Amino acid sequence: MSESAPPRFEDGEETEPVNGDPITGDADSAAKTTRTGAQSVVAALERAGAETLFGVQGGAIMPVYDALYDSDLRHVTMAHEQSAAHAADAYGIVSGTPGVCLATSGPGATNLTTGIADADMDSDPMVALTGQVPTDFVGSDAFQETDTTGLTAPITKTNYFAQRADTVGDTVGEAFALAGEGRPGPTLVDLPKDVTNAETDAEPKDATTPDTYDPQTEADDEEVRAAARTLERAKKPVILAGGGVVKGEASEQLRAFAREYGIPVASSMPAVGAFPEDDDLALEMVGMHGTGYANMATTHCDVLFAVGCRFDDRLTGGVDTFAPEAEVVHADIDPAEISKNVHADVPLVGDAGTVISQVGDEMERAPDCDEWRDQCQQWKDEYPMDYRTPDDEPLKPQFVVEALDEATDDDAIVTTGVGQHQMWAVQYWTYTEPRTWVSSHGLGTMGYGLPAAIGAKMAAPDREVVSFEGDGSFLMTIQELAVAVRENLDITVAVLNNEYIGMVRQWQDAFFDGRRAASDYDWCPEFDKLAEAFGAEGFAVSDYDEVTSTVESAMAYDGPSVVDFRIDPAENVYPMVPSGGANGQFALSEDQL
Amino acid sequence: MSDSERGTGDAGLQGPAPDERPHPEGRRNRHGERIESVTDAEQDPRTGVVSALVEHEPGVLAKVSGLFSRRQFNIESLTVGPTTVDGHARITLVVEETDSGIEQVKKQVEKLVPVIAVGELGDDAVQAELVLLKVRGEEPDKVHAITQMYEGQTLDAGPRTITVQITGDQQKIDDAVDAFRQFGIIEIARTGQTALARGDTPTTPGESPAASAESTADTETTANTTIATDDD
Ligand SMILES: Cc1ncc(C[n+]2csc(CCOP(=O)(O)OP(=O)(O)O)c2C)c(N)n1
Repeated sequence: MSESAPPRFEDGEETEPVNGDPITGDADSAAKTTRTGAQSVVAALERAGAETLFGVQGGAIMPVYDALYDSDLRHVTMAHEQSAAHAADAYGIVSGTPGVCLATSGPGATNLTTGIADADMDSDPMVALTGQVPTDFVGSDAFQETDTTGLTAPITKTNYFAQRADTVGDTVGEAFALAGEGRPGPTLVDLPKDVTNAETDAEPKDATTPDTYDPQTEADDEEVRAAARTLERAKKPVILAGGGVVKGEASEQLRAFAREYGIPVASSMPAVGAFPEDDDLALEMVGMHGTGYANMATTHCDVLFAVGCRFDDRLTGGVDTFAPEAEVVHADIDPAEISKNVHADVPLVGDAGTVISQVGDEMERAPDCDEWRDQCQQWKDEYPMDYRTPDDEPLKPQFVVEALDEATDDDAIVTTGVGQHQMWAVQYWTYTEPRTWVSSHGLGTMGYGLPAAIGAKMAAPDREVVSFEGDGSFLMTIQELAVAVRENLDITVAVLNNEYIGMVRQWQDAFFDGRRAASDYDWCPEFDKLAEAFGAEGFAVSDYDEVTSTVESAMAYDGPSVVDFRIDPAENVYPMVPSGGANGQFALSEDQL
Repeated sequence: MSDSERGTGDAGLQGPAPDERPHPEGRRNRHGERIESVTDAEQDPRTGVVSALVEHEPGVLAKVSGLFSRRQFNIESLTVGPTTVDGHARITLVVEETDSGIEQVKKQVEKLVPVIAVGELGDDAVQAELVLLKVRGEEPDKVHAITQMYEGQTLDAGPRTITVQITGDQQKIDDAVDAFRQFGIIEIARTGQTALARGDTPTTPGESPAASAESTADTETTANTTIATDDD
């Protein structure tokens, strides 16, 4: 409810504004200011600091939209609820404050679930609000009813079924606070229509987390001392930065710590950008498609200082061979991550930035690791990230990624779909700032890129946004181009079009005797023309010579543009650690698999 | 990688092949612990009794039990009931897991927002279970004798069936069930174990025994896992 909306009184009459100011009621008569549950929801969002919402209308959520009609909150109507959730997720990643998405009951809610699960896996702060059939109908298989709290219990940090109009505002506030605090994540409030329609005179309180939620931010002194001693005596230390470094705004502390003590830094995929990739100490990404040098260094290190990382299997490869000789110092704000997948010799429960500073303050000397740094440098020289660009071959995707990197600023934001293009985008773009890499890591959701670009652009209107798409991924949420056009969002979509769902084809060739079942996508539409049909600018490129100039034109276009890069369909992603394999055994080509 | 090293035309990815690289000797077991030899690779499962103090709100039991199925924890039994504090409930979980598994169980349960505190009970904890047994009524005297032997109660005695109740620790219940077998057990309902820490020790960390003294609430009751009494 905006400041100027006339408050409604218990008898349902609206008061007349006097002198342009809303009448807030005669104090003497102590008339209660009533609002609907839906207005409480909106008031709670405003009070909690929400600014932008992404959603789609529908029967059960209509009261909330009606309340939004009078609000200053910005609402972006998306073409599909999945995209609303992805956009909110990306908004949360880029801005650091929870993104909000809305959907109606039933299909609206189920469409949101992919985006909620994605945010959950990546610990992104997000609030989902879903309409629900009236309380009396719940459980009767009413029109557009689904058990939304039941469906989303395993994919939310927590969820709520709003019971009463008196408390719904506080519930939404709590959901918002909880989404952003400690280890971030998605929360959901299911809003039955009778609750949002009912009147209440309760004023939503300040958004706070529940008493039972009290994350420990500072690590225990004793463990900090143990961590410092372990790092001081290391001969071959590696810092492994996880997504928690970005979420916890700990990038500065990480940089200072690594440089002061001269420790090389590898990164998980969600942490890309936390440590500048052009720094001498940078090893870049580790894991399945990580760099050879990051994988050599983590495999051979004697101390691994992991910060805010959850040791996903795409990162560790087979646990038996992951940093097999390293003492592990593991810092995480979520105690359940400690020793979940990889045993922590020194557990540090706390906020990433705080813990890095604590350990830094406790260290008395830098580890003696000149030789190790030389070794890491040698691996960097031995296993450079490189690709072939013969003139007579079709365009290489890596070249396209580099061309767009050159054409954009350091703080440009990259979003992606999922597949080979995502890996090239992470491998061949040089990330130097946190919150510039926005991708679907844990869930690996095709179709993430375009809605994420919309969310990112809404969060950072002044920054360049480039979305790398595969032809398959792009098709999954391509309808959101309509939204980008309607909002006139200046984003550039670079389709790395290989006419395959390429990552699948790569695995089929490597592990299924080249039997390319259902991975051939040569039936895809012409994306440049489709872009034009949506009202966006479209380009198609198949030659090296056209890359730079087309990139320039696309970047110069004020609004959404789509470049269909017809890349070499045979190109594959390397290095590669086969799933469950040893990271140090990464293959540089198919015959090494 | 620096820009100058990229896209040099015909180089592609280089470097020694996998078998030409140095390899570390060390290994980890499936719990991610560094191991010296394959012999210390595996942990044996054990029984753990975990007590969780939770906000007594709709859905909390569903959240806890959902967590168990999703994370594939081996759960033996789960009991739930109110505590002496209004709005609180205690969930007692018996799990069969390795040490690392039980640690994870505790941390994951603790992570659920409506969970206030989680504790693991030692072997000396006070534990009890309740069982209802319906047996054939042909030999009422003998049934009565066995019921008395296990300090049980007869709840229903008819011409064809007799239903008795036995309470006690798991071993006693198992023994009693065995003893009743001779009559032909028709139906059986077991609650699963519930437990409290012995003496002054709080059952979950931070739980204050003093608070219980003031309260008027009933003694803890148990419900079978399948009867999700507090669920919406
Ligand atoms: C929603 C969804 N469905 C299926 C998959 C499985 N999958 C992973 S990568 C991939 C291929 C992606 O193809 P494309 O978007 O064309 O990108 P490319 O690999 O060709 O760059 C598929 C199908 C997925 N990750 N997400």
